[in-house]
Amino acid sequence: MSELFPRKQVMGFVFSLVLTAIALSVYFLDMSFTTGMIILLVTAFIQAGLQLVVFMHAGESKDKGVIYTNVYYALIIALVTIFGTLLILLWDM
Amino acid sequence: MEFFERFAVPHPSPAIYASMVAIGLTVIAIIAGLTYFKKWGYLWREWLTTVDHKRIAIMYLISALLMLFRGGADAILMRAQLAVPDNKMLDAQHYNEIFTTHGVVMIMFMAMPFVFAFMNYLIPLQIGARDVAFPRLNAISFWLFFAGAMLFNISFVVGGSPDAGWTSYFPLAGNDFSTSVGTNYYMIALQISGLGTLMTGINMITTIFKMRAPGMTLMKMPMFTWSSLIANVIIVFAFPVLTVALAMGTMDRLFGTNFFTTSNGGMDMLWANLFWVWGHPEVYILILPAFGLYSEIIATFSGRNLYGYKSMVASMVLISLLSFLVWTHHFFTMGQGALTNSIFSITTMAIAVPTGVKIFNWLFTLWKGKIRFTVPMLYSLGFIPLFTVGGVTGVMLAMSAADYQYHNTMFLVAHFHNTIIPGVVFAMLAGFTYYWPKMFGFMLNEKIGKWTFWMLTVGFVLAFFPMYISGLDGQARRMYTYSEAAGFSMLNMLSFVGAAVMAFGFVLIVYNIYYSVRYSPRNIGANPWNARSLEWATHTPVPEYNFAITPNVASSEALRDVKNGHDLFPGKYEKIHMPNNSGLPFIMGVIFFVWGFSFVFAMWIPLIIATIGIFACMGYRSAEKDHGRYISVKEIEDTETKLRGA
Ligand code: HEM
Ligand SMILES: [Cu+2]
Repeated sequence: MSELFPRKQVMGFVFSLVLTAIALSVYFLDMSFTTGMIILLVTAFIQAGLQLVVFMHAGESKDKGVIYTNVYYALIIALVTIFGTLLILLWDM
Repeated sequence: MEFFERFAVPHPSPAIYASMVAIGLTVIAIIAGLTYFKKWGYLWREWLTTVDHKRIAIMYLISALLMLFRGGADAILMRAQLAVPDNKMLDAQHYNEIFTTHGVVMIMFMAMPFVFAFMNYLIPLQIGARDVAFPRLNAISFWLFFAGAMLFNISFVVGGSPDAGWTSYFPLAGNDFSTSVGTNYYMIALQISGLGTLMTGINMITTIFKMRAPGMTLMKMPMFTWSSLIANVIIVFAFPVLTVALAMGTMDRLFGTNFFTTSNGGMDMLWANLFWVWGHPEVYILILPAFGLYSEIIATFSGRNLYGYKSMVASMVLISLLSFLVWTHHFFTMGQGALTNSIFSITTMAIAVPTGVKIFNWLFTLWKGKIRFTVPMLYSLGFIPLFTVGGVTGVMLAMSAADYQYHNTMFLVAHFHNTIIPGVVFAMLAGFTYYWPKMFGFMLNEKIGKWTFWMLTVGFVLAFFPMYISGLDGQARRMYTYSEAAGFSMLNMLSFVGAAVMAFGFVLIVYNIYYSVRYSPRNIGANPWNARSLEWATHTPVPEYNFAITPNVASSEALRDVKNGHDLFPGKYEKIHMPNNSGLPFIMGVIFFVWGFSFVFAMWIPLIIATIGIFACMGYRSAEKDHGRYISVKEIEDTETKLRGA
């Protein structure tokens, strides 16, 4: 019985709900713009990672290496683009 | 009547009316011709519904050539307008529309399909596959590109062309300053063809990772396939940014949102930022496959293997990463601080290093090679010095402090044409001449080809080098005229002469096709250039299944290995599984065209109907049972004997 129960998926589902709730709190609670953006950015990245690993089964097949290389590459480009944009349009304007 | 007034061109001229008549007549002539020669069935069965990567490649090629002439006509008009000071041939508005459509057509609808033509044709042949990973998706990519291209191209006769530059910067591109539907065309046509491009990216990456013949490890792939792999990785990471930016721009124009407005919390500079986050990687999407073609050609005609295979691959991987780290160099003057500009100056200069490595690799390949001066090789040899000039001026532009002087002048225009024409266009023409026999079974005439090369090269130098000088003297880009006193007259006249020489060169290409179709000998064998890689190991013309027996590859120069006794095709014939043709991709392309047209003119009811149609097509595909078909051993034997006999 216990092997059949998708424990990992259920935990993942609950965790992703929690992440969504935290992100939503930015709208309902009164906080500074910067704090809000930081919360959104961090929860978004964790959420994306969670979906990839738990629900899209990255890392469960033979081409794990290719998939993770791809994910890391994407992560680097995303971070560079976001922080580069923040630098250009806000921090160093 | 009010309904129809929206479709009228807001700023008409006799030339536009003449174009309307010409377009009408051409359409009638095509329809009449197809009917008279009873070719509708042939067109539908063999081309519109095909999923064969080779035929899709040829359709990309034809589209690219057509668009080259559309963009070329724009170019000649611009150069003629600037040839003499205070010219009244075009007014400011027409000039704006022409430079906008020229840029978009050349980059998105000429260079991109040209590159896709070669990717489609060559990748499966170079890795020993029967087709791409998703043949049906490949056809959809083509028809989306084509729908987008046609939508964009009718703008100048229905509703008016976009006029905010190919970069379409806000707030200029917003509703306040661009009141016609032109910019809607820009947003939506690029959106549609961009979707096709993204799908091609995924398709090609999957093909290269999953469908290589036995023995072909990544490091044994021919260089063109490597360069395409990297270009497609860049596509997959860069194009979503364009998709999002275009969607936001569309919403600003049609639904009153405020992403890029100057009030209500909008940020106009965000458009420039997003555009170039996509835009700089885009120039590498174009140049890397061009580098791949040059590598193939230089190796073949130097009669030796490519020097420094590993460093070639490494430099391309590095370029793919660096190309995402430099985008700010397109707007050094936008007002951000010195720190930001310095960072991006340095990353930009860094990207010149791997590019330089490749130049040296080609030079070392030529070193001590037995060089044959064929037409493809002439283009490659012309490319090396000319492109280097483009790179060096790029590094000049990369110095952010100095860029305040160069930016938005003719100097910039000279730089990017100096990289794109000898870099991309020459590569495409070289590849076109080099692979023409593989595609069609006869060679293009070498003598006419050499004339073409010299006209294009001389024309190019005459047309663009004067712009470096006039740019440094302060001639601004995108200005429709200048006064006699400015002193640019002589240089601009030279440019016009150069452009005219280039135009003759392009016409010669068409003449060469005509001449060679009529007079070229047909019995040229499978490997007329004495090339070295796998795509030349199959018959000419290539049978639909590419290779009768899946090759067993030992190195990146499969055909050389055969000469040294390697058994490239071990085993015997077996039945071959092939995908079926389908009309769905073409139909989806037509629906997408209607969708886009309705969107441009904000006609919501047709838009909703077309959207439902698109989803219906996808639903149909999901439920469709299509297991492909088999080519029997008997059929393969027949084809093979016939092709061997020929
Ligand atoms: C050595 C490598 C290169 C360097 C350092 C470089 C640098 C630059 C810089 C700094 C600019 C912006 C100048 C300004 O707006 O004032 C620019 C513009 C441009 N470059 Fe390059 N570049 C390089 C290679 C290329 C290549 C290979 C291509 C295309 C195949 C290309 C295409 C363009 C285009 C299209 C623009 C102008 C875009 C526009 O404003 O419309 N560049 N380049
Ligand atoms: Cu750039």
